[in-house]
Amino acid sequence: MTWVTRTALMAGLIFLYAPILVLIGYSFNASPLVTVWGGFSTRWYVELLSDAPLLASAWVSLKVAVLASLIATLLGTLAALVLERQRRFRGRALFTGLVLGPIVMPEVMIGLSLLLMFIGIGLDRSLLTIVIAHATFCTGFVAVVVAARLRGLDRSLEEAAADLGAGPMQVLMTITLPLLAPALVAGALLAFTLSLDDLVIASFVSGPGSTTLPMRLYSRVRLGVNPEINAASTMLVGLVSAAVLVASWLTARQENR
Amino acid sequence: MRELRRPVFDRLLRLPPFLWLTIFFFLPFAITLKISLSEPATAIPPYLPVLDWHGGLDGWSSFLEALNLDNYATLYADPFYRDAALGSLGYAALASAILVATGTPLAYALARAPSRWQPLLVALVVVPFWTSFLIRVYAWIAILKSEGLLNLILLRLGLISAPLTILNTDAAVMIGLVYAYLPFMVLPLYAVMNRLDPTLRDAAADLGASPTRVFWSVTLPLSVPGIVAGAGLCFIPMVGEFIIPDLLGSSETLMLGRVLWTEFFSNRDWPLASAVAVLILAIVIVPVVLFRDSLQAGEEGS
Repeated sequence: MTWVTRTALMAGLIFLYAPILVLIGYSFNASPLVTVWGGFSTRWYVELLSDAPLLASAWVSLKVAVLASLIATLLGTLAALVLERQRRFRGRALFTGLVLGPIVMPEVMIGLSLLLMFIGIGLDRSLLTIVIAHATFCTGFVAVVVAARLRGLDRSLEEAAADLGAGPMQVLMTITLPLLAPALVAGALLAFTLSLDDLVIASFVSGPGSTTLPMRLYSRVRLGVNPEINAASTMLVGLVSAAVLVASWLTARQENR
Repeated sequence: MRELRRPVFDRLLRLPPFLWLTIFFFLPFAITLKISLSEPATAIPPYLPVLDWHGGLDGWSSFLEALNLDNYATLYADPFYRDAALGSLGYAALASAILVATGTPLAYALARAPSRWQPLLVALVVVPFWTSFLIRVYAWIAILKSEGLLNLILLRLGLISAPLTILNTDAAVMIGLVYAYLPFMVLPLYAVMNRLDPTLRDAAADLGASPTRVFWSVTLPLSVPGIVAGAGLCFIPMVGEFIIPDLLGSSETLMLGRVLWTEFFSNRDWPLASAVAVLILAIVIVPVVLFRDSLQAGEEGS
C-alpha cells in the first residue's frame, strides 16, 4: 500500500467512526452539556433504565422486529427460490418487480401508500400494521441475500436427492434449506435491523400505544441533544455490532466446515 | 442442466410472496395513485370522490369523472413544490458527486489493502451501515451545532474567533447525506475494483506508466460500472430523504420527502401528499430503469 491509499483508508474510517465514537463518549459524560466534560459517569444509563415510555417503545420495536423479520425471511426465501430456480413462468417480470420494487421505493411512499390502504379497508393502526409494513419492505432485501447464496449452491446434491426419489418438498426441507441456513440467518438479521431502525414507515402506519423506539427517539431528538439519548444510542450501537459479529462468525464457521 | 418438472409445487412456492406483495405493495400504490387524482375534503376519509361499491356502473362512471389532475397542476404551478422537486434533485445530485469523489479513493484503498486485512476493513465499512440511520444523523447535531464539538476544536486551535453556524444549513445537510450514504457508494465500487484483473495494472506499470497514470487510465475506466451502481444506490433514496433535511437542515431546506411529510401530517392534505409521493416515484424510476442491470449488480455486491 502506498501512503496515498493508506491516508484515504484512515481518513475514510475516521470519518465513518468519529461521530459514533463522539456519541459514545458523551453518553459517559457526567455533565449534560456537550462543551463541558464533567467526568466519567453512568448516570444517563441509570436514568435510561427508569424511563418507562422509552423502555415501552423499545419493547414495541423488539416485538415488531422479531415478527416482521420472521415473515420477511419466509416470504423472501420463497421469492429467492422462485427468482433463482424458476426461469420461465407467466408473470415473471411482474413477480420480479413486486419483490425488488420495495427496495428502491422511497420510504415515504411505502409508508403513505400502506396507510392509505389500511384506512381504505378499515384496518385500525396498531402493532399489526407496523409488522405488515416492515415485513413488506424487508422481503426484497432478504430475497437478494438468499438469492446470492442460492446462485453459488451446488445443484448436484438436490438432483441426487430427487433421483433417489425424494419429492420436491423433501428436497427443499432436507437439502436446500439447510444449505441456505447462513443466508437465512444473514437475511433475517438484515430484516431485523432494518425494522428496528425504521422511523419513516412506522410513523405513518403506527397507531396509539404502538410508538416504536425510533419514533420516540426522533420526537426527543427534535428537542435537541439529550445525554439520555446518547446512552440509548450507545446501547443500540452495541447491540447491533454484537449481532453483526455473531452473524459473520456463524457464516464463517458454516463456510469452514 | 435439467429443469425439474414440478408445476404444482413451483406454483405453490410463488403464491405466498406474490399474494402478500400484491396486497401490501401493489394495491397500496394503486390506491395512492387514485387518491392523488382526488380532491381534498373535510370528511373521513379526507378526500373526494369515494367509490360507492354498491352504485354499480353509474357509481363507477361518476367516480371516474370526479378524478382530475388538479393536484399535479398545483405541483407544477406553485413555485414551492417546484423548488422542492428541484431542491431534492440538486441535493441528491451534488451529494452523489461528492460521494463519487470521496468513495472512489476509499474503495480503491480497500481493494489495494493486503488481502488478509480486507475482510476486517470491509466489515469496518459495513458496521456503520447496520447501525441506526437516525442515530448516525443525530450524532452530527452534537458535532455541528454552534456550541458543538467542531466549533470547540476550531476555537481552541485558534482557527476561528467566533463559532461557525453549520447546523441547520445546506452544508450540514450535505455532510449528513455524504456520511449516511458513504457505505452504499463504497461497497459496490469495492466489489468491482476487487475483481479487476491485476495483470492489467502490472502490464501498464511494465510499460512505464506511473502508479497515478495506472489509476487514471486503467483502474478508473474499468471501475465505471461500480461508480454508476454506487451513485445510483445513493441517489435514489436521497431524493425521498426525510430524516437528514429535517434534523440537519433549516426550515428552508426544501426536499420532497419532507414536503410530503408536512402535507400529510401537518396540513392533512392527503391528495396533495399522494401526488408528491407519485412525483418522487416518477423521479427515482428514471435512474432505476436506465441503470437496472448495474444497480442489481451493485445491490448484490454489497
